Amino acid sequence: MRPETESELASLIRGARTRLTPVGGATRLLPGEGQGDRLSCVGLTGITLYEPAALTVVARAGTQLAELNATLAAEHQRLAFEPDEAEGSTIGGVIAANASGPRRVKDGAARDSLLGVRFVDGQGEVVRNGGRVMKNVTGYDLVKLMAGSRGTLGVLTEVSLKTQPIPPCVVTLILAGLAPDQAVDAMTAALTGPWDVTGAGRLPGGDTVLRLEGLEGSVRIRTETLVRRLGVFGTVEVADGDAAFVALRQVRREMIAAAGDGQGNNGEGGRAVWRIVCRPSQAPAVLHGLPGRSAVDWGGALIWAVSPRGWVPDLPQGAFATRVHGGPPLTVPLPAAAIARLNDGLRAQFDPRSILAGAGVERIAGAGS
Amino acid sequence: MQMPAPDQSVIARRGAIVARLRAVLAGGAGKVIDDPVEARAYECDALSAYRCPPLAVVLPTTTGEVAAVLKLCHDEGVPVVPRGAGTSLAGGSMPTADAVVLGLARMNQVLDVDYGDRVIRVQAGRTNLSVSEAVSEAGFFYAPDPSSQLACAIGGNIGMNSGGAHCLKYGVTTNNLLGVTMVLMDGTVVELGGPMGETPGLDLLGVVCGAEGQLGVVTEATLRILPKPAGARPVLVGFDSSETAGECVAAIIRAGVLPVAIEFMDRPCIRATEKFARPGYPDCEALLIIEVEGTDAEIDEQLALIRDIAARFDPVEFRESKSEDESRRIWLGRKSAFGAMGQMGDYMCLDGTIPVSALPQVLKRIGEMSAESGLPVANVFHAGDGNMHPLIIFDANRPGDLERVEALGADILRLCVEAGGCLTGEHGVGVEKRDLMIDQFAPADLEAQMRVKDVFDPRWLLNAAKVFPLDSSASRRETRRNAA
Repeated sequence: MRPETESELASLIRGARTRLTPVGGATRLLPGEGQGDRLSCVGLTGITLYEPAALTVVARAGTQLAELNATLAAEHQRLAFEPDEAEGSTIGGVIAANASGPRRVKDGAARDSLLGVRFVDGQGEVVRNGGRVMKNVTGYDLVKLMAGSRGTLGVLTEVSLKTQPIPPCVVTLILAGLAPDQAVDAMTAALTGPWDVTGAGRLPGGDTVLRLEGLEGSVRIRTETLVRRLGVFGTVEVADGDAAFVALRQVRREMIAAAGDGQGNNGEGGRAVWRIVCRPSQAPAVLHGLPGRSAVDWGGALIWAVSPRGWVPDLPQGAFATRVHGGPPLTVPLPAAAIARLNDGLRAQFDPRSILAGAGVERIAGAGS
Repeated sequence: MQMPAPDQSVIARRGAIVARLRAVLAGGAGKVIDDPVEARAYECDALSAYRCPPLAVVLPTTTGEVAAVLKLCHDEGVPVVPRGAGTSLAGGSMPTADAVVLGLARMNQVLDVDYGDRVIRVQAGRTNLSVSEAVSEAGFFYAPDPSSQLACAIGGNIGMNSGGAHCLKYGVTTNNLLGVTMVLMDGTVVELGGPMGETPGLDLLGVVCGAEGQLGVVTEATLRILPKPAGARPVLVGFDSSETAGECVAAIIRAGVLPVAIEFMDRPCIRATEKFARPGYPDCEALLIIEVEGTDAEIDEQLALIRDIAARFDPVEFRESKSEDESRRIWLGRKSAFGAMGQMGDYMCLDGTIPVSALPQVLKRIGEMSAESGLPVANVFHAGDGNMHPLIIFDANRPGDLERVEALGADILRLCVEAGGCLTGEHGVGVEKRDLMIDQFAPADLEAQMRVKDVFDPRWLLNAAKVFPLDSSASRRETRRNAA
């Protein structure tokens, strides 16, 4: 199914009798997602409004991320939240997954750049929320609710987003070979000072990387003082540009490709890949407990880890982990019963017939019942 | 402005309800207020045109007490109106005669600070400014800074998703909120959010923030704190037309400089503040206050760029602060603007937001509407993000003036919506703009929002007669009453 318009999409959903999975480029599906018929949104394309002077862009959900990025780049602008991308990725998929890259430490997640949405809910009703202005508290913020809802509440048809100017100067500070706890300490030192760090992570190879962006003079000054501050951790190399962050942004895809599928393709028995979210101060303990390769993003708050199949992380209080590859759907720990009830209740309100359940790996709620 | 008729069956049981409240809030004087004179302080918030004495007021001190109060009210079918510090400009904490006001004023403690993780956990009754004060010595601050920040509570900020002058760079409450402890109307305590605000499943924290206290009562919040910038410096730029000032704002944003604030004042506002606070502003049609942050060298670099851009628009004045004192004087007029307007008469403050690109034509149209209605309108607002604050000046003692002001205010907000904007950028809907919601939303859009409340508060007991037009929410509110 590949509707070309929002109203066609709405009537398809109204007429649906079996489970569907809405997809854009289908480049972000998690284990368990993608059941039933695929409802492709790639026919809903086009940038409907772009006002560089207002830092806003409105695009239909099936618009290719690459096309959107190119349109913004032509005006020296970009998406602030730096989503990862693959061939065919759409902006609707990015938003449905709340895909947020390294710049999250400074400019927030995809949901923080999302100003408005149009979507078709599970009953085929078209709903509009938010708008295209920076400040808007008119009614409930369903915009945040839709970001990261992975197609389980409705199918996005249009999103409006805040853009940001591409700064003229970008540098990466690199500290090689730090132990995990030292790496996190170095990131914390950089993020707790006045340097406006726009990325802080550790690549699987062991390089700890910090990114500074802005006007040329400003970046030069901040680089000098930050290099001095980080001297206690070791030698700091300064590189032009942010190649390390392009790699960090894509690390999940790289790990999944390398982990193999467990069917003998690319990697012996196949391995699993985990996404772990914790407080930066908890990151050293989490990293010490990992059985294989790992990468750190968001200053220590996001950890990607490769593990043998069947392994489950032991997490500190408040942290959680999702298996993004290599096994059945699993998020640990289980949510509290009341949280599960609220999740279930909202899904039942927006999709009472469970038509969109094909997307629903995270009917985490089941756990509560 | 209408409110639904109070539930007489609740009012008839007032004595018994108050006795039960006293029983669950034992061990502390003054936690339950039922004396009509004492309760008068709670009959309105900062939208003081609308008032109603509540059934009773409770001032709990712990999450457990809040849960006990809500469970009791849920069991008794008593409506509850949550209240932070009562500074809402939209009537967000205005009670009804059958409602218990649940005030957070006694829950004002800092619970935990972690500078490495850049977070602070506070009780929700703590004032906005005192959050920053608690971490200031260590070199940190909490970014959202509504102009009521001396008085307003974090719980209220979360309810209204409050903004402030500096949100152009730092975002509003929702962008700086990582987690909350919240009590549902039935007394269930839930933890929302998580590290970085991330959580498995749906972003419940995201929809709770800005839901005007209709989904639950937030008792504790984990907030992002940020390292303070090395310094900040404002410039003042005067123009001979509002349109040109608007174009200059767009050009600055377009150029890739991101000031921490761009504030706008028009001539009526400049003259009023000059008379009131004598900041030494130029007498011109419009002025911008633009503030940038960083070390001295970084500030110089940004201001050089801004100076070049502003020069293209023939400013009548470009005044760069050279000292702390000059910075203070540049901000003085802006910060005293509302007080100055108060000297001119009564005023109604609007809060519509428009796309920055629409500033010139919207300002022009507001000027025409002001002339047509014979009511002066002054403009002072956050230009960088398009959040306008037109102030309509009137005389509340003159019969008919309030109605004319309400009509002009509604027309201006509709203009904001038509220009691609919205009714409210940071104050909230409350009771004030409730009935204008149909100008911004289709019935299906409102229905989707109300379905969220159905999940969190199925009986519609929590702050129910707000946000949605009374007609739209009537069937839900009545079902509740019949079920009770």
